[in-house]
This record gives sequence, C-alpha cells and structure tokens, in this order.
Amino acid sequence: MNLWISAVGQGLLYGVLGIGLFITFRILDFPDMTVEGTFPFGAAVAVSAITHGVSPIIATLLAMVAGMLAGLCTGLLATKGHMPLLIAGILTMTGLYSINLRVMGRANLSLLNQANLFTSKLLGGMSMFTSSVVVGVIVTVIVVVLLILFLNTEIGQGFIAAGDNRVMARSLGINPDSMQVLGLVVGNGLIGLSGGLIAQNNGYADVSMGTGVIVIGLASIIIGEVIFGNLTLSQRLVAVVLGSIIYRFVILIVLKLGFNADDLKLISAIVLALAIIVPQIDERLHLRKALKNGVKMDE
Amino acid sequence: MSDVQLQLTDIAVNVMAGSDVKNLLSGINLTVNKGDFVTIIGTNGAGKSTLFNTICGDLLATSGTIELAGERVEKDSPEKRARHIARVFQDPKMGTAPRMTVSENLALAMHRGKRLGLRSRALKQKQAEFLRISKQTPNGIDQALDKPTEELSGGQRQALSLLMATMQKPDLLMLDEHTAALDPHTSKAIMELTDKIVRENDLTCMMITHQMDDAIKYGNRLIVVDAGHIVADYSAEDKAKLNQADLLKYFA
Repeated sequence: MNLWISAVGQGLLYGVLGIGLFITFRILDFPDMTVEGTFPFGAAVAVSAITHGVSPIIATLLAMVAGMLAGLCTGLLATKGHMPLLIAGILTMTGLYSINLRVMGRANLSLLNQANLFTSKLLGGMSMFTSSVVVGVIVTVIVVVLLILFLNTEIGQGFIAAGDNRVMARSLGINPDSMQVLGLVVGNGLIGLSGGLIAQNNGYADVSMGTGVIVIGLASIIIGEVIFGNLTLSQRLVAVVLGSIIYRFVILIVLKLGFNADDLKLISAIVLALAIIVPQIDERLHLRKALKNGVKMDE
Repeated sequence: MSDVQLQLTDIAVNVMAGSDVKNLLSGINLTVNKGDFVTIIGTNGAGKSTLFNTICGDLLATSGTIELAGERVEKDSPEKRARHIARVFQDPKMGTAPRMTVSENLALAMHRGKRLGLRSRALKQKQAEFLRISKQTPNGIDQALDKPTEELSGGQRQALSLLMATMQKPDLLMLDEHTAALDPHTSKAIMELTDKIVRENDLTCMMITHQMDDAIKYGNRLIVVDAGHIVADYSAEDKAKLNQADLLKYFA
C-alpha cells in the first residue's frame, strides 16, 4: 500500500515538473531542453542550502529561483543571442552540469539526518509516504491556482497568444520574445521547484538526476491529454498532474511485473512512445470503420 | 493640427543578395492624409508588401524617415508601431490566435498597442460588446464567440481579423491583399464590410490588391508601385476616370 501512496506523492511532485514543461511545450509551442539541467539544479540548490542550515521552505524557494535563473539564461540566449531555442536550451543544460557539481561540491549530496520539508514538524510526524502526498497536494494546488489566475489576466492572454501566433501577437503590440523569456522563467522555475521537492523526498541530490526527466514531463502531459481528451487550458493543467500520477502507477506496475530497475529509462521512453502512437492508431481505425460504415449506407 | 497621418520621406530599403546589394525600395516619398483610403497595385515583386513591411516595422528602412500621426517611428519595433497601425494579412490564419476563442481574440485586440497588465481579462463583462461588434459581419461570427478560431472558415477568420484591426480605431489601417485567399462571394462580402467600417469610422487606410476593379471602386486615391518605386499616384478625380485597361499597362 505504501508503494501506491508513494507513487501518488511522487506523481504530484513530478506533476509540477510536467506543468513547467507544459508552459513551454504546449503553450509557447517549443521544446525546452533546459529542463534536464534545471531539474538537478533545483535539487542541488535545495539540498546544498539545507545542508548549510537553511530552512527547508526557504531552500525549496531557492530551488525555484535557481530554476528561474536557468530559464532566464536560455531565454536571453535565444532572444538576445538570436539562436534557436533548442540550441539555447542545450547550452544552458550542458553548462548547468558543471554548475551543479560546483553547487554540491561533489556528484551526489545526501540529506542524511537533516530535516527537510517532508519531515517538518508542521506535518505532525506523518510517514514519508503520506507527507509526500500532503506536500504534493499543497504545492500543486498553489501552482495550478496561481497559473490559472495568471493565464486569465491580460498579460496571461498575451502570453498564450504569443505562443499561438507570433505574427498576430506582434501586430497587436505584444513582444513575443519577452513572452518567450517569461515562459522560460516561469516554466523552469516550476521545474527547479520540482527538482528541489523530489530531492528532499528522495533524501539526496545527484548530478545525473536530470537525465530523462524531459521524458517524464512529456509523458505526464501526453498521458493527461490522451486520457482526458478535449479540455480547457485550465483543466489541462490539472490533467498534467493526473497524467503524472498515472505515469507513476504504470512504472510501478511494470516494476512489480519483475522488470529490472536499471531498465527504468528505457521503460519510460517506451511508455511515452506508446502514449503518442496508440491514439494515432486508434484514430485511424475509427476513421477506417467510419468510412466502411459510410460506404455500406450508400449501398 | 496637421491633416497628415503618414509621411514617408526618401525611404530606401536595401538588402544583401549574395555579395550584391539589392534595392527593394528607393526614393519613396508618400503623404497620406487623415481619412484617405489609398489602394495600391503593382506586379508581384514590385515592392508593395515591402512597403507595408517597412511602414509596419517588420523591415527597417536603410534610409529615410517615417512619420505616423505626428511621431517619428522609423526606428521603432513593430510592437511599438502597433500603437498606431493595425494590419490585416493575406493569409486568414495570420491574423488570429487559432487555439484561442473568438472572444479571447477580440479581447486581445481591445488592448492593441497598450501595455498588458495583471488585470483580469474580464471576458464576461465584454461579451455584449463583442456580440454587438461581431453582428456587423455577414458570416455568423456572432454565433461563434466561444469557438476556437481554428474552427472558423477562412472568410470568418478574415472578417474577425478585420474586426480586431478596427475595433480600436487605428491611426492607419493596412490591408495586405486581405481578400486574395477567399472565394469570390466571400471576398466581395469582406470587401463591402471593409468599406463600411472604413467609412463609418473615418479611418485612414492603405490597401494592396490585385483586383483592378476593387482598386478603382474603393478608396479616394490609387498608387502604382513598380520595381521599388511609386510610378503613379491618382487622385480621387483621376481615379474616377480610370478603367481597368488603363491600369493593365502597368502589368505589361
């Protein structure tokens, strides 16, 4: 039972990563590779801060600020440096590897015997599994509510428009480059926050913990879209979090079936590939069926 | 107060084509007065769209000055010039945000050229106004306020683009072959709507078209662009005497 509760908790915490990626991947419509550097950056900053005596809440906020700075770096490289976003993201991600080593002073930093957000007295001595769900729910609700409020403001609407149609946005006086930087800052801030939370939940930060997180984020987004179908933008944010929890269940089931934990990244990639391919096959089959029925009716 | 709404002085636009310099526009001097409706014709590649891009700021003039509603704007970004200019593009997909609803698109257009803030978009409060505006169109946009614009037809999208461009009364409305991608029936309806909106709001307007009859029928002035120059400028009186054959000589 604890494993299932833990999967919900991890799903919620990774859901914040999914929402961060959703902002760039779905709203602004470009792939942001910074994610794989930002996630361990948030983890490294949070764990290092805690080991230096900073309170876990402040350390978690610092992880978010670190992520925002990484997003700002990618944004400025892309807009002021006039380079493709993919390259800008890869450059920041690569640079962050060294920065993460500097922040932690080594490749892996443990939180052994250190208080963290999940062992906080405020949670009244809950088990680590339950506290991950409680913290996950609180953080997710705050993030989703704030984002929905933001997306419904004038600037939030300009932000969506810039991702939807750059030419139109410019003709209305909206600077799409500024919106791109804003999206990268907010998105990577959330990814840094998720990294900081996951590191505290796992009890350590590792310089390689970013490898493959973009697949986890994309899987959350796509599983949410496949299962919940056509939704409003606000509802889609919730679907990303639910998609992240479902993804954790799928991984848990796969591991329970006896697969080796070393194969987890391969399994993650296969889960994402299936989530993208299966609905396409389903759609083609439905179309074929509909066409067949149509021909019969004519006859 | 001056009657001049747009003043182009000695505008030249040069670009590098391999190792050569290509003159896209040269020696452009043009004054457009308040309330003028200028139609623009010319062959493909003559420089009509380059002229529009230069006025809008998508292309920076190599030399010369651009004055819009009394302000020098030749160094301003397109976003900054949007305070003065509204543009409707040839491609109906270019003027609207496809995943946003018609209402959301109209709400954005209400803020054209203004600084966006953290105020609520307040869509519900604006719904009656959107309904009133969209009822002007001949193709049922008022029935589709809650639909994403990607679900609209090309004609509906272009009518919406036109509404979005004119709802805040721009200093200069620029129509870039905005009916070219539409079927003849829809094209006629959009052109009539354009003329109605321009007249009712006393807008200053420039319109590129390949339809000679539209170029003659609409507006009070007609200019011909060829090889990056303005080669003819007909006033309302001269224009009234023109027929299509007179204009076809510029396309020989």
